[in-house]
Amino acid sequence: MATEILMPALSPTMEEGTLAKWLVKEGDEITSGMIIAEIETDKATMEFEAVDEGTMGKILIDEGTEGVKVNTPIAVLLEEGESADDIKDSAPKAGAKSEDTDGDTNGDTDEKPAANSDSDVAADKPVAAQPAAELPPVPEPDWPEGTKMKSMTVREALREAMAEEMRRNDTVFLMGEEVGEYQGAYKISQGLLDEFGAKRVIDTPITEAGFTGLAVGAAWGGLNPIVEFMTFNFAMQAIDHLINSAAKTNYMSGGQLPCPIVFRGPNGAAARVAAQHSQDYAAWYGHIPGLKVVMPYSAADAKGLLKSAIRDGNPVVFLENEILYGRSFDVPDMDDFTVPIGKARIAREGKDVTIVSFGIGMTYALEAAEKLAADGIDAEVIDLRTIRPMDTATIISSVKKTNRLVTVEEGFPQSSVGNFISATVMMEAFDYLDAPVINLCGKDVPMPYAANLEKLALVTTDEVIEAVHKVTYR
Amino acid sequence: MAARKTTGKSNVSADELLKYYKDMLLIRRFEEKAGQLYGMGLIGGFCHLYIGQEAVVVGLEAAAKDGDKRITSYRDHGHMLACGMDPKGVMAELTGREGGYSKGKGGSMHMFSKEKHFYGGHGIVGAQVPLGTGLGFADKYKGNDNVTFVYFGDGAANQGQVYESYNMAELWNLPVVYVIENNQYAMGTSTKRSTKSPNLWERGAAYGIKGEAVDGMDVMAVKAAGEKAIAACRAGDGPYILEVMTYRYRGHSMSDPAKYRTREEVQKMREERDPIERVREMLTTGGLATDEDLKAIDKEIKAVVNDSAEFAKDSPEPSLDELWTDIYAAPEEAEA
Repeated sequence: MATEILMPALSPTMEEGTLAKWLVKEGDEITSGMIIAEIETDKATMEFEAVDEGTMGKILIDEGTEGVKVNTPIAVLLEEGESADDIKDSAPKAGAKSEDTDGDTNGDTDEKPAANSDSDVAADKPVAAQPAAELPPVPEPDWPEGTKMKSMTVREALREAMAEEMRRNDTVFLMGEEVGEYQGAYKISQGLLDEFGAKRVIDTPITEAGFTGLAVGAAWGGLNPIVEFMTFNFAMQAIDHLINSAAKTNYMSGGQLPCPIVFRGPNGAAARVAAQHSQDYAAWYGHIPGLKVVMPYSAADAKGLLKSAIRDGNPVVFLENEILYGRSFDVPDMDDFTVPIGKARIAREGKDVTIVSFGIGMTYALEAAEKLAADGIDAEVIDLRTIRPMDTATIISSVKKTNRLVTVEEGFPQSSVGNFISATVMMEAFDYLDAPVINLCGKDVPMPYAANLEKLALVTTDEVIEAVHKVTYR
Repeated sequence: MAARKTTGKSNVSADELLKYYKDMLLIRRFEEKAGQLYGMGLIGGFCHLYIGQEAVVVGLEAAAKDGDKRITSYRDHGHMLACGMDPKGVMAELTGREGGYSKGKGGSMHMFSKEKHFYGGHGIVGAQVPLGTGLGFADKYKGNDNVTFVYFGDGAANQGQVYESYNMAELWNLPVVYVIENNQYAMGTSTKRSTKSPNLWERGAAYGIKGEAVDGMDVMAVKAAGEKAIAACRAGDGPYILEVMTYRYRGHSMSDPAKYRTREEVQKMREERDPIERVREMLTTGGLATDEDLKAIDKEIKAVVNDSAEFAKDSPEPSLDELWTDIYAAPEEAEA
């Protein structure tokens, strides 16, 4: 019986990829373990090995095809005695298979066959797969009207920001694990080694405490380091240097020793990487005077804020998100586009309720706002963008208009960013509140591995909608 | 004490010896005064005195040039005085006053001087080691020939980040002299009780870093070793490790009853190995200075220290507005 070869998932967050190259042709004998194709994921180009033996009967997806969804049949393998004519004509030729599953809950539930559970949780929104195209248009005050826009991913935006700042100032350099020759664990630094050389794109040993301390010292010594953490989970090995060394020394020295440094990397849950690799540190670093903490959602903010962070003169913790890396947004096509740190953005204007979020939480906030609009509830969505210093003025003025507030974040509930926002609103706009504020957070549990439990642990669009119904009493 | 080395018959000049004598004496008298002020309640919190270890910093500073950097932990007053920071500013920081190096916001453990290339003053054991390695990294990146002295104690020598730093420093040939000030006690724990391998400098061999042990009670020996280490770093052959065998006479901090060692042990060290007495003897027996000369120096130092104490008492407490300054860099410093 003919065997379908499916597009493989080659990284935890991969939803689709490019079938870069076929290394076999129809009619070739295939043995198990043979490398049959090269597949480009969101992170790297990977070799794809055959599992089964047989004859390559038919190639269903041509090489060079982009956007091939995971689990799409890409070729058919024939067993002895079969011929290519036996192949059922069931497999689609193009890579756009998933659209035919369920338009609303979207197609990537079939990406995780092991995740099927008998609960209805599995039908909930999968975390890693909100197509950017579904999001509502966003009013943008950060660039002049009429600016030409270009579409780029968050990944490309971050890369451009670093490259532009490195061209502009030769004391800016990048250091971290796999940032150079490997081209970045998440490909953020792809190409930077080629352009700037090994002096300025520095591969470190896997010693976070050591290289973070070293980078802080280098900042005091007159350089402008960008430290990439492969993920912020690993930065806990170095948190003493972020807090005790980088954040406090300007104060302790009476202003003699500022620390111009950026600590950046993916933060928060990715997909199915369990408790030690899935944590949101926004509240942790947001707690510390002396640090600035930035958490962008869109590519434009990622670019504009990273450029500002590199120029800032203070230690900036720049929290990215692996799931957002591959999403595309419009970014202004300007010579030197920056976004100021400490300024929130009203992502969607509304009058009935204020939803405040940041980073990937914006995905749920915006999606909820769209759905609520269909129910006649007009939500204002604020993208905080910077956690510290926080633009509480924008929140307060919105709450004074809407009288209701829901905060959305991925981090744990106790001492969350939302808790701080609630307290601030209570102190500064108590009389304007018509309902208790709701803080939506990740659940108060270490992140589980099982797909259904992971979904349950994360904040969802449905929870945002439910919370808005509660605070609006309708 | 391991690896005691003497200077032998060095052709040191009278001026040079007199300078070391003065510099070491300044540290000792300053620290004695700080101890007094602490007793009077004028200095609060932690206060770690450097008495007994003076030859380490004075010897190494004698080998340094302008532009070289230094960073250390919390037993830092001696380092600051040795690199030329003003005793008034240091003492006023100890008393938490506006005239202190950190405007009273750092205290004993956290002083800095960009002008004198002194980068602190750090309170987390071992943290200064990667930080100092980064200072060396910056100089190498800029392509100058400055060297950074990274001081740490026998206690910090067991911290993991020290070895992470060694690895990167050797991998990237950084111009860093690691100075292990082995005073034999990490707070109250003797090296015998904390450390299996007795020769701390030898651990550098695992990373391919050269090093040696030095008699830290002999300022000339320290200087000679410092010159060798610095020369290696300036020649692009860094880093280098010096394990300087020394001894602190006072407790770990002001509140230390020092039950972990005998009075006799301390007394013996003071009587037989004192670094200042050693130079005094060289000066007098060698006919390089008279008792009168030395008395004049003692008097001069006493005056400097008394002035610093007066300044530290008279300088006002920081203005209450200072609570809210320096949390972030001044805007003009961004983009520096």
